[in-house]
Amino acid sequence: MNFQKIRHLAGNYIFVLPAFLLFATFSLYPFLKVFQLSVMSWDGISPEMTYVGLGNFKDLLLDNPVFWNSMGNALFVTVLALTAQNLLALVLAFLCDRDIRGGNIYRVIFYLPPVLSGIVVGLIWNWIYDGNYGLLNHFLGFIGLGDLSRAWLSDPKTALAAVAVIHMWKGFGWGFVILLAGLQSIPRELYEAARVDGANSWTVFRNITVPLMIPVFVLVSILTILGTMQIFDIIIATTGGGPGYHTEVPITRIVQTMVGSSQFGYACAMGVVFGVILLVVSMIQIRVSKMMRQV
Amino acid sequence: MKYSLKFFIIFFLALCFAGCSTGDKKDLSDGLKVWHWASDRESAFQELAKRYEAQFHVPVRFELYAPSEAYAQRVKAAAQTNKLPDIYGILGEKRDFASFIKSGYVADLTPSLNSDGGGFVWKDKLFEKALAVNEFAPGNEYGVNPGIYGVPLDVTTIQMVYNKKLYEKAGLDPGRPPQTWEEFLSHSSVLKAQGIPRFVSGFGEIWLIDAFASNLAMNIMGEEKVFATYAGKVPYTDPDWVKVLALFKQMADEGILVEGAVTMVNKMAEQTFANERAAYAFNGSWCVNVYKGMNPDLQYGAMLPPKATNLNPMRIWGGAGTSFVVNQKSGRREKAIQFLKWLTEDAQQAFLSVETQNLPVSKSSIGRISPILAEFADDMDNATHPNVYPVHEISAVTEAFDKGIQSILIGEKTPNAVAQEVQRIKEKESKKNQ
Repeated sequence: MNFQKIRHLAGNYIFVLPAFLLFATFSLYPFLKVFQLSVMSWDGISPEMTYVGLGNFKDLLLDNPVFWNSMGNALFVTVLALTAQNLLALVLAFLCDRDIRGGNIYRVIFYLPPVLSGIVVGLIWNWIYDGNYGLLNHFLGFIGLGDLSRAWLSDPKTALAAVAVIHMWKGFGWGFVILLAGLQSIPRELYEAARVDGANSWTVFRNITVPLMIPVFVLVSILTILGTMQIFDIIIATTGGGPGYHTEVPITRIVQTMVGSSQFGYACAMGVVFGVILLVVSMIQIRVSKMMRQV
Repeated sequence: MKYSLKFFIIFFLALCFAGCSTGDKKDLSDGLKVWHWASDRESAFQELAKRYEAQFHVPVRFELYAPSEAYAQRVKAAAQTNKLPDIYGILGEKRDFASFIKSGYVADLTPSLNSDGGGFVWKDKLFEKALAVNEFAPGNEYGVNPGIYGVPLDVTTIQMVYNKKLYEKAGLDPGRPPQTWEEFLSHSSVLKAQGIPRFVSGFGEIWLIDAFASNLAMNIMGEEKVFATYAGKVPYTDPDWVKVLALFKQMADEGILVEGAVTMVNKMAEQTFANERAAYAFNGSWCVNVYKGMNPDLQYGAMLPPKATNLNPMRIWGGAGTSFVVNQKSGRREKAIQFLKWLTEDAQQAFLSVETQNLPVSKSSIGRISPILAEFADDMDNATHPNVYPVHEISAVTEAFDKGIQSILIGEKTPNAVAQEVQRIKEKESKKNQ
């Protein structure tokens, strides 16, 4: 390799270097550090760490029912978000895709909840769900269903579902925007041609909209799963994981283990296991979507 | 290409070096940097910093990082990168405090506190119970060299308050809150009959459950037995512990807690009490300032949690409120100590007490406090603090205990079931820690 070539290559690398340094410092190093810490016992303060091998993982996998219960809670919210939240987003996207009056205003309104802070949303819904003076109970009383009134966030039967509703309210706007963009990218001529051929609305939806929207559905589903499994701020602002462990999710467990119990190593092991689960779920989803596209 | 490459490299390096600068607005080469989390005291601290600089020509910069969870994380992260300020506070359990000391991030203040300066010993001016929170006794379980490692700025007690107006409305004597558990239940019945919601606390923050439960436990079985449980010599299935848990069951059965209190954060509980939507609250003495802001006309009094038995005194959590430590690695250690000493002098203590409605740590300033704060101060004799316990419970066990109480309060588990579950976790965690 001659000097000119080396100089040329070095020039290229120097241009890439700042981005690489930023990526390595803020993404790669912390990512690898989590793996290192997951096999350590460390309180987060002391400069000394003790190597514990796979002990943290063993305890987590075999003897930590609270963590797995929290995973189940996150899964419950995720299933609700995947179905109800995305269905609502799709319906609203359909409505806004038509040239309705004031369509842009609706778009802004539907997109407002996602841009609000999770803590603020949680605090607002605290007032709605309040057992004594909450809007929801007041409304139920107004329509003659006062018997259903309760402290929605403190009742073990409703706490998790109540949190899920807040999450869905806050999150449907993302799906709405992406689905609407997907719908608008479908060439109108396809619909017109189908109409000319005598297709009804359902046939158009099934044979044109759905197949062309599959990549968008996959994207929305992946974002919903990843976003919902990592739900945290709303729970902190509403229930703190309670009552008991009824609204605990993996992230609240990781934070509690790290900050509350000062078990950084164990918390990192939780993070690794949780990350692997999310990765597997995403890969399965991508595989399924590829199979669907082939069908 | 040649010039653009040179320009790019220079620009990049400049950017890097700019990022390395501290960004300080004020030259602190000779001054002090203080980190704190107390947003309610921020303006008072800033004023004191100005006064100190005017008097001693030493600039002091208070930096607020709130909420407290974020602050605690910042301090831990700063310790790992050796970027701690001259003065800071340590939030968390005594175990964390010990870890900071053992890692060399905290200066031993014992010699300064014991030194005779200006005709008095600094330590003697301060409340012993507040100092004790920052003290490590000889032979402590963490292996920390005995000494005092922090300076308290104020004193806090965590106890109960009751609404005098609601008491009067219910036909109860507003000058006589319940002293015993039986009285508490009977007063609650009277309040209930009048449609007055009774007890609120931020039991969604489990440390408040922990404080209330440990008060009751110390009353029922005495401090020694509680410590023996922490040391693993008494199981949580002991009848006395079940009795403690049964009191929460009784509260649940009688519907004494305000709806939703099990998951309520303390700020909301404070709002509920301040808006006269509950007759009792369990809260810290900082509530005086909070209630004053929320409802200046609130008429309330402080009381000890009702005693479940007369066998042992009722102990409440109390001692130092805000404490500061000095960074052992700071080159301005002596200046930092002098500043803390100045903060605990009468004039500054009186100022802080008036501005923030907290109990002063200086003994000679206690006479200048408001009547309601004096009520809190009266119960200081009953105060103890987890930081002064000779042994400490494992965090996972404490969490299981507090979460178990939440389960009892929502009618999901029985006291016996919770006791057994907590004991199971205690045995598991003890084995792990061996």
